[in-house]
This record gives sequence, structure tokens and C-alpha cells, in this order.
Amino acid sequence: MSGTGAPQAKPDEPTPGVGSGSVDSRVVLDADQIARVCARMAHQILEANRGAQDLVLMGIPTRGVALARRLAAVMDEVEGVDLPVGALDVTMYRDDLRRQPTRAVGHTHLPVEVDGSTVVLVDDVLYTGRTVRAALDALGDLGRPRAVQLAVLVDRGHRELPVHADHVGTYIPTRTGEHVGVKLVEIDGIDQVSIEPSGDPFRGEI
Amino acid sequence: MRHLLSAADLDRTQISEIFDLAEEMSLVQGRPVKKLPALRGRTVVNLFFEDSTRTRSSFEIAGKWLSADVINISAKGSSVSKGESLRDTVLTVAAMGVDALVIRHHASGAPWQASRWIDAHVLNAGDGTHEHPTQALLDAFTIRRHLRLSTPDLMSFEGKTVAIVGDITHSRVARSNVLLLTTLGAQVVLIAPPTLLPAGVDSWPALACSDFDEVLPHADVVMMLRVQRERMSGGYFPTPREYTIGYGLTRPRLEAMKPEAAICHPGPMNRGLEISADAADAANSLILDQVAAGVSVRMSVLYELLGGAE
Amino acid sequence: MTDLLIRGADVIGGGRSDLGIRNGRFVDPGDVAADVERLDGDGLLALPGLVDLHTHLREPGREDAETVQSGTLAAARGGFTAVLAMANTTPVTDTAEAALHVAALGTRDGNAQVVPVGAVSKGLDGVELAELGLMARSGARVRVFSDDGHCVTDARLMRRALEYVRAFDGVIAQHAQDPQLAAVSACCHEGEISGKLGLPGWPAAAEASVVARDVQIAELTRSRLHVCHVSCAETVDVIRWAKQRGINVTAEVAPHHLILTTTEVLGYDPTYKVNPPLRPSEHVEAVREALADGTIDAVATDHAPHARHDKEHAFAEAAFGMLGLETALAVVVEAMINSGLLDWPQLAKRLSIMPAHIARLADQGRPLAVGEPANVVLVDPGARRVIDRNDSASLSRNNPWHGRELPDPVVATIWAGQITYRKER
Repeated sequence: MSGTGAPQAKPDEPTPGVGSGSVDSRVVLDADQIARVCARMAHQILEANRGAQDLVLMGIPTRGVALARRLAAVMDEVEGVDLPVGALDVTMYRDDLRRQPTRAVGHTHLPVEVDGSTVVLVDDVLYTGRTVRAALDALGDLGRPRAVQLAVLVDRGHRELPVHADHVGTYIPTRTGEHVGVKLVEIDGIDQVSIEPSGDPFRGEI
Repeated sequence: MRHLLSAADLDRTQISEIFDLAEEMSLVQGRPVKKLPALRGRTVVNLFFEDSTRTRSSFEIAGKWLSADVINISAKGSSVSKGESLRDTVLTVAAMGVDALVIRHHASGAPWQASRWIDAHVLNAGDGTHEHPTQALLDAFTIRRHLRLSTPDLMSFEGKTVAIVGDITHSRVARSNVLLLTTLGAQVVLIAPPTLLPAGVDSWPALACSDFDEVLPHADVVMMLRVQRERMSGGYFPTPREYTIGYGLTRPRLEAMKPEAAICHPGPMNRGLEISADAADAANSLILDQVAAGVSVRMSVLYELLGGAE
Repeated sequence: MTDLLIRGADVIGGGRSDLGIRNGRFVDPGDVAADVERLDGDGLLALPGLVDLHTHLREPGREDAETVQSGTLAAARGGFTAVLAMANTTPVTDTAEAALHVAALGTRDGNAQVVPVGAVSKGLDGVELAELGLMARSGARVRVFSDDGHCVTDARLMRRALEYVRAFDGVIAQHAQDPQLAAVSACCHEGEISGKLGLPGWPAAAEASVVARDVQIAELTRSRLHVCHVSCAETVDVIRWAKQRGINVTAEVAPHHLILTTTEVLGYDPTYKVNPPLRPSEHVEAVREALADGTIDAVATDHAPHARHDKEHAFAEAAFGMLGLETALAVVVEAMINSGLLDWPQLAKRLSIMPAHIARLADQGRPLAVGEPANVVLVDPGARRVIDRNDSASLSRNNPWHGRELPDPVVATIWAGQITYRKER
């Protein structure tokens, strides 16, 4: 049926048998570093918005959702705020739908009204910017937020659209031939960000 | 998936994916902008040789909410009487450059024949007395939602008994449901007077019998089929009241059902004939849920057929 | 007319010998003219020209599907030297004038002898007798009467018809289909497949029950009854019983019922839609056995040409019928000779001698002997080919054998001393 199986299945996971975490891959963030980065981002978001009023975190499946939950957890622990966390699946808004077999669609969950909220989109890797463009279109069909911000764990450069992240965990310069692999404990059993040589141009990243 | 012609075209994994997607699609209904851009630029033609406002509008909305361009063509009346062959009708429509043809026809097999003549995707919206796969999908989807109220992660219908009651011989809903429900692991029991059980029913992957009351207490789902009064003129049963007493979901039968069992009906209903008003409006009736599920399930199917590369 | 000399063919019933033909009759091979046209019969069999008891030539009325000319050309390609043209044309052949018209078309355009079949009832409506006697007395000399396409359901009408034709040694050929058990909409065998496919079906009882009734009436009237296109085991049993009782009944089977089964309709391809329908394999076996032991007397093609647009409808709405003339012998060879159920002399009986006898055709189905009319077909028993529906003399293309490999037996067909078909080398 669909080409990628589970919703947005592992866009940053190396294709089995093709440069799967082998020879030239290097780990750039380990578990501790990821935790620190998340903590800093959580503070940054609250500071930039002067608190949690009307704020909602919308993670882009799959790992963006897990990240959004982590950010919310930090905010709760540190500031005692209970931020609503949702999911925004962008599959149907992709600009490359027709190039591959039918893609499976992930879950969209809106915890609060979009109208009047400040939506912080959360994703693991910002690359070409096309995912974010799709997310903005998807969000637009759900309502009219007062503002939209973007928080990403990794910005790896090589934008193809005029998209910019407001809150960045870490900048990792990469070559286009490389692939940034983000693994999170909730999904992959381990916290790790690595760079691998990619053999597959259609990994699913946009 | 190139075509959806028969409920047997789908395996359990595909059905599950269609259902999961339908759940997502059902959320669109509640949004201010009831649109997803996935099928933008695709053209879907509803080619209906048989009247059906409900199914046709369901497909129309489904296509439009996915941003497809949907056109309705009513080719009612026998093509034979109009002098145009089925092949000519289908080829003419396809020649306009359609991506998908949703076909409903009064003759069994027409969508299969059409799929041999054209390149477009063909979706069977009901062919004669043969199949109606999207109806079976929305029936099973509704049943899954109902069963998941008590078993949230339910993935199959193993261990469940579904009774389908009524004019099995002339029912495309019955045939598609037998295939789909069996794929999902349910035990299907067909109940009808012997005159309304089709030839060769013993070879179907379902049990067949003529005693409703014997099966009723064991059924987890009771699916009532519409009985046409015209069948009386074919001598299939002597009077409506005899049919109702023998095979109708009457009030006493409603009370004999398992407490957690559900009632389904593909509609339109003959209240008082095959289904009593009490049963139609009962708390455990899923009939309106079935109708609501129609658009979501059809959106899901259209996306499966047209949402990816050709 | 040039003389013909067929050298060294294996003449059915006579061993290898030469056949001389002059002025439409067999003569001593030594008596043929010097400029005689020679045909090499080495390795070939010589059979009496085949006779088809059941053909639809469609003319007058549906010349877009077939004409007397194209249909008899197809017949000649199939080894036939005579065809009986069914009456369900437009207008129906239910008067002497209509019968003469068909006969005249045959004389003018025919590539085989064309004998019109007369309707049993006026307009095929099953209510009143057609002018059976006038058709018999006319120059067309009609002897076979049939409402084929429709069943004569009225028992009284059947009785009257059978009684009436006794006066001129006529025969009533019944299309056995009880409309109460198998309505007009019934389009395939009623059984597992029809139930699955949601198609209205025809149970075997719809055919056998009519035949059971008709043989009783034939016994009562001491008349000749012929059963068209026997398709099921139950009908075979009835005919066997009737023959044992001495009832004057004959029967035919169509080539497609000797091989094709109801599984062909699984794809909803109207090419396989025919009346009576294709049946499950146990019925195919039963009719083969019956043809072998003579319970079924003849093979008749029921050649039913249809314009493409009449077949390109939904299965339940498409026209009934298959082509048959060009492939009949090939199919019978495959089903009956190659399976060992019949030998060649018996085949000649089923495809030529008995049909000619049933139709009372004086010049057909005769021994290949000096003095007899020269109606002969040269057969290559071993040749085979893949059937191509476009390689056909018929105007229609509803050929159920397209793409299949079958024997390719007909080498040459000679009707009344003239070659009507000769296979290109």
C-alpha cells in the first residue's frame, strides 16, 4: 500500500543496508547534550513569549511530537505551566505527494482552538524548509493563529524556501549528500543525533 | 492500489490502514476549512447508471474535501435502450481525461468490464447484486469504532459473530460484507428464508441458515438488509407480515440480543418490515454512525487510489 | 465447371482411394477430363460435407452482423456444405414467402446449401401455429421447424405442431428453456458461480423439464422431436430414457458445450454469454459421453454472430451467442477424436450423416461413392493452430476460442462439385 509504512516513518532513520550508521557516521549530540539543548530551548520559548499565555506546542509527527512533549515537560517542571501539546500531520500538504507511492497519513490533534493562539511548531530537523511550508498550510486550514513560531532541535542549513527557525537547539553544518539522524528514546530507544553519509535521495526528508 | 472493485481486493493490513486514515479524515468534518489538498488537480467522475443520491453525494463530498474536481454523470437507463454500448459510454467519459471513475451500475460486473477498457482508476460504487466494497468498508469501520469502545486497541474481529439478515440473493452489500468481515476474522452468519439464499451459498466463507432466533443470541452485530416489497411478486415470500415475523428485527428480538451487541443497516430502511422502529432507534443502533462514516471512509479510499504516484 | 480429382485421400468408410468429380457428382476417377484440377489427398481424410442443423445467418434483418454470403463462407471454411438457417430473422421466417426469400438468398449468395428453418409459431410468439404446411410445400421444402431463441412453452401448441408436421415428415426442433425457471434475464448457469457473481442463472432443470414434457408429447403424437443444443446431464438422461422407449427424438449439442465450462464467465466477458449457458464440467462430461454413445445424434454449431456493440454491454445486458461455424470441426476433433471418444466414421455420422437425415436433405450426408452428389471435405487430422478471431470470414468477432490452440482440420471443402474453400499453404 503506502511506500513508507508507519506515519512519517522514520524520515531520519538510515535505510537499512544503506550507510546504516556505519563507517563515516559520527555522533554529534549524545543524550546529555540533547537534554541540555531541550532545556535551553524551553526557556528560550517562554522568554521570547513572555510566559505561556495562549501558547500551544504543535509537534510534526513523528519525532517532533515527542520533542514537543519534552519541551512541555521542562516548562512544567521549571515554571509550573501546563502547556497544551498537539500534533500536526503534514502528509497531505506535501509538495511531493505525486512522486512516490501513496504515503501513510499521521495523526493530527488540536488540543485548543488555533484562532488567537501562538502556535510553536516543533520538529526535529530543519533542512529544505518544505516540511514547514506544508505545516503552515495545514495550520492555515485549521484556523488563524495569532502568530506561528518554529522550534527545531537541529538546523542543518540548505534551505530551499524562505523559512527561518525562531528557536534552534543546535546548528549543524552538513553537506547535501549527508543525512542527519535523530533518535529519541520514546521512539528509537536511545537519544542521539548523528550525521551519516546518505545513499538514498528519497529518504523522505523535505 | 489501482482499482477498488471487490471487498476481496483488500487484505487485513490494507483495511486497517484505510480505517486509520478514515479516522483522520473524520476530523476534517469538524474543521472550519473542510479541505485537504491531497487530490488537488485530480479529476474524479461519478458515473452512475443507477440512481443513488446518498452514495453519490457521499463520493462527491469525499472527493471535494480532498480538493479533487468531481463531476457527476447520470447515465441512467439501459445503455442498450439508448443504443450506446457500455464500452462506448465508458470510453467517452474516460476520453475527457479523468483520473478515477466511480461507477455504480445495475448490472453485476460492469466495473470489471470497464476496468479492462480504460487506464483510469475504477472504483466500484455498487454493481448489480454483486458487490459494494465501500459500503462494506464503512460498515466494518463503524463496527470497529463500536467494538473499540470496550477494547480500545482492537485490530481484528476474531471471535466476533456478525449476523447478516435479509435478501442475501439480491444484496451486493451482503456479498461485500461477507468478504470483508471474513478477512477481518469475523464469523459471518447469513440468515434468510431459503428462497432468498443464493445458489451455491454453501461455498461462501460464511454460515447460512433460516432460523433467525437460533442465531440472534450469539450475534455481536446484527446487520439487517433492506427487503424490497417487489420481491413478493417474484414469490420469494408470501406476505410482508410473514417476513417480518420470521426475519424482522422486532421488539422481542431486540430484547433477545446480547446486551452489548450492535445493530446495523445499510439503508434506506423499511421501518416495520425488516426492522422495527424500536430497533432502528435503539441505543445500540449504529445506523446513523454508518451514514456519518461514509464520507470519511470514501475519502480514505480515494486518497489510497489517487494520492500517490501513478 | 472443372472436373476435380482428389488423389489418395483416406475416404471414410472406404479406405485410401481416388475421388473423381464431374458436374457436381462423384464419377470413376478414370472418367475425369484431361484438364482436371487435382487435389492432393495424401495424409488427408475425406469426409462427407458437414451439415449444420442450427445456424443463425442473420439475413434478412441484421446484415451488419452476418449475411447469407459471409455466413456460408464461414461455413465453407468450417467444412460445411449445408446449413439450416434458423427462423429468428427480421422478418421471421413464418410464411412460405419468407422461406423462399431465404432460399433465394442461398441460391444467389450461398457458399453452401442454405435450407431455411420455419418458425413453429407466428412471429415466434408461441401462441399460434405458423404456416407450417405452406412452408413445407414451397420451393424451400422446409422440413425443420423451430422457434429457436424462444421456447415453445404452451404444451397444446407443441402438441399441435408435432401432430401437424407428421403429414410431411417434418420435425419440431425445440429450444428447451422453461421461462418460469429461467427467465429472459438468466444469463449463466445457476450455481456457485452465478451466486458469487450476482448474475441471474439458469438451472439445469429449466432445460430438462421441458424436454421431459416434450418427449411425452412426441410419444403421444408419434411425431419427430429434435432437441436443440443439449447442455446438461439431466437432459441427456431424459433423452436416453425416451430413446429406450422408442420415442422418435433426436438431439444435437453445440461445440462450445463440449469443452467450455461455466468458469469462463468469471471475468464477466460477454463473449462467453450464450443460451443455453456454459455449464459445470460434470455436464460437459455427460454431453460428451452422450455424443459418443449416440444418445446425442449430432453436433450443431448454433453459430450466433453479433455486432461488436451488441456484445460490449454489461454482461447481463449483452447479446447471447457465440460464433461456431469455422471452429466446429476443430472443437469436435479436440473434444471427441483426440480424447478417443469417437472415431472418424462416427464423427462423420454426427456432423454430416445424421444431421442430413434429421433435416431430410437428400443430397447431403451421402456416401462418397460414384453417382452420389459431390459434397466432401478434406481433413488434415493432425494440423493445429492458434485461433485468431480476426482471421475469419464471418462479419462478426464474438469468437470464444480466440487465443486457444486447437486442431486446424479443414483443408478443402467441396460443395456440389465446386471448391468453396481451400486452405492456403
